[in-house]
Amino acid sequence: MITLTHYLVLSAILFAIGLAGVIRRKNLLLLFFSTEIMLNAVNIGFAAVSKFYGDLTGQMVSFFIIAVAASEVAVGLGLLVLWYKRTGTIDLESMQEMKG
Amino acid sequence: MEKYLYIALFAPIVGSLFAALFGDRPKKLITGIVTSALLFISWIASMRLLAFVDEHTTVHVKMMDWIAAGNFNVDFGFVADQVSVIMMVTVTTVSTLVHVYSIGYMSHDKGFNRYFSYLSAFVFSMMVLVMSDNFVGLFIGWEGVGLCSWLLIGHWYHKHSAAWAANEAFIMNRIADLGMLIGIFLIYWNLGSVNYDEVFANIGNLDNTTITLIGIFLFIGAMGKSAQFPLHTWLADAMEGPTPVSALIHAATMVTAGVYLVVRSYDIYMLIPNVSYFIACLGAFVAIFAASMALVNVDLKRIIAYSTLSQLGYMFVAAGLGAYWIALFHLMTHAFFKSVLFLGAGNVMHAMDDELNIKKMGGLKDSMKWTMIIMTVASLALAGIWPLAGFFSKDKILETAFSSNHYFLWFMLWIGAGMTAYYSFRLVMLVFFGEKRYEKFGFHPHEAYPYMLIAMAPLAILAVIAGFFEHPFMHYVTKLLPEYEPHVGSGTFIFLVVVTLGIALGGIALAVVKFSKGDFDEFFKKIGIYDILKNQYYIPQFYQKAICDPYAKISEFAWKKIDMKIVDATVDFIAAFIYKSGDKTRAMQTGNLSTNLKWMAFGFVVLLLAALFYRPGM
Repeated sequence: MITLTHYLVLSAILFAIGLAGVIRRKNLLLLFFSTEIMLNAVNIGFAAVSKFYGDLTGQMVSFFIIAVAASEVAVGLGLLVLWYKRTGTIDLESMQEMKG
Repeated sequence: MEKYLYIALFAPIVGSLFAALFGDRPKKLITGIVTSALLFISWIASMRLLAFVDEHTTVHVKMMDWIAAGNFNVDFGFVADQVSVIMMVTVTTVSTLVHVYSIGYMSHDKGFNRYFSYLSAFVFSMMVLVMSDNFVGLFIGWEGVGLCSWLLIGHWYHKHSAAWAANEAFIMNRIADLGMLIGIFLIYWNLGSVNYDEVFANIGNLDNTTITLIGIFLFIGAMGKSAQFPLHTWLADAMEGPTPVSALIHAATMVTAGVYLVVRSYDIYMLIPNVSYFIACLGAFVAIFAASMALVNVDLKRIIAYSTLSQLGYMFVAAGLGAYWIALFHLMTHAFFKSVLFLGAGNVMHAMDDELNIKKMGGLKDSMKWTMIIMTVASLALAGIWPLAGFFSKDKILETAFSSNHYFLWFMLWIGAGMTAYYSFRLVMLVFFGEKRYEKFGFHPHEAYPYMLIAMAPLAILAVIAGFFEHPFMHYVTKLLPEYEPHVGSGTFIFLVVVTLGIALGGIALAVVKFSKGDFDEFFKKIGIYDILKNQYYIPQFYQKAICDPYAKISEFAWKKIDMKIVDATVDFIAAFIYKSGDKTRAMQTGNLSTNLKWMAFGFVVLLLAALFYRPGM
């Protein structure tokens, strides 16, 4: 039997994987992947909890997140392409112009 | 009539503001003329009010609401009743003439415009003080007078002694003002109002202890302004200011504020005979104490200053014994002859290049005939010789003391009258008669400008004739003040007059005879009190040792130990901590997005943990 706990554990694992990717990766494209994983981890959590309580609000929020994530990726990838055209790299280390 | 009241009150401040426009400019004669003219207008308005206010009419205006906080309501209200009108006329008469005189006296001063601005502001404060219809307004005037006296005494602020004297006067007054303020608080707490009418109507309902406390605290305020012992030292030191200022502040207006307060609050003091008796005793003590210091002093202005102190003592005796109108009467006559004395001293100082030591003068009668005549007349008035003004008022005070069976007070005042006559004529003799000692010191005395003498003339005339207004004056002010007539038999009356005149003439004769031959101060050296008197009973030194020095030590301790080691150190520590933590954490901002993300994740985890473990209300 698959219970709410399983879903939440899956969500947490996915989130952790995404977080690790955000921290470890140097490639900007992979950073985007990691953020997507984290967002979708949250979506799983929302959907599961929504189903559990029989309340549609959570699933609605999930849709919102998917929509926002899609537009965010569109803008982000646009910027990424621009950056690549200008510098020829998409490595994080290349973006160090603002230092304390 | 209200418009006259407003004109009388606000004309001086208009003049002050006008002169202030030119405050930092070189001398402009117009400032002196405009301020004097506005003072003259104020005087006319006061005279108009004097004629209008009679038996049942007083002018009472409420200009606007001033303070309204909860149940506490104070209006900007002004009243011209019999007492305040007398004060207004006295103040404006003396101030107008002093203003005119100052145009000549200060003609070579760099701070000419500034001086006139302060002088008019001072008169305005005094007008607020005497015209206010409540204690809070009186207090504002009271403080304004204190502030302006500070500005004027310290007019030559580049001189250390002047700056010091100004501060001393201000601080001494501040000590007394605290007492005054407590008195006003007590009145408000117990009666819920500070308006004269309401306070005096209801004061009788309070219990005796409260009234006594109110009376004592108000009198402490009066002691400061009127320089009564032990707060008297500032008055003599305040002679550092320009001489017309001394004439205005320290003879006619500011110092009389204390007497005015006691007279105005007679409803309170009538209920507490013990405090009143204390006031009378203190007054008699000061009368003789200050006169004794004047006996041997060689400083022209200080002698007159001590004389003021002594005469204020007389006024307090009268007020303390319930003869309020007599106190007010002496206040008025004293204002005339004392201001003219100071102005005469100003002429002498001008002639002698600001020399104040009367031992270096002598024989000035040849070069300064008119000053000599005016000062001799004023001295006769001060000594209380018939038919000059001082005779009538001072004699009334002595009669009051005698007829109310306070023979000891009477005796002290009687001795004081003798001393007054002696030191006044010692001054006149040393300055105007005898050997021309100034020639040795290379002075070339000259008479003052004619208009300065003309400005003095009305005051001199008033010093001569003011005494004859005694009966109209009494009828006028006793509409408001309680009536008081010393009851002595005609035989006793003549005896008192003869005895008083006797000691006054004796004092004059002693001074004239001894000082026409030479110096008589040796006598005091011989009986061994010269040094005590010369050093003002060592009271200034005592204050310096007992109060100022320990206070300076405490202040230094507070500064070096408490302030620098504790307060400053704490503040510095916090600042240094924040600065250093900023400096250390600056390294975090590498600009590397990856590092930033790591920090973000770290912060997120910390917040998550905090949310897990910190549950308020559980």
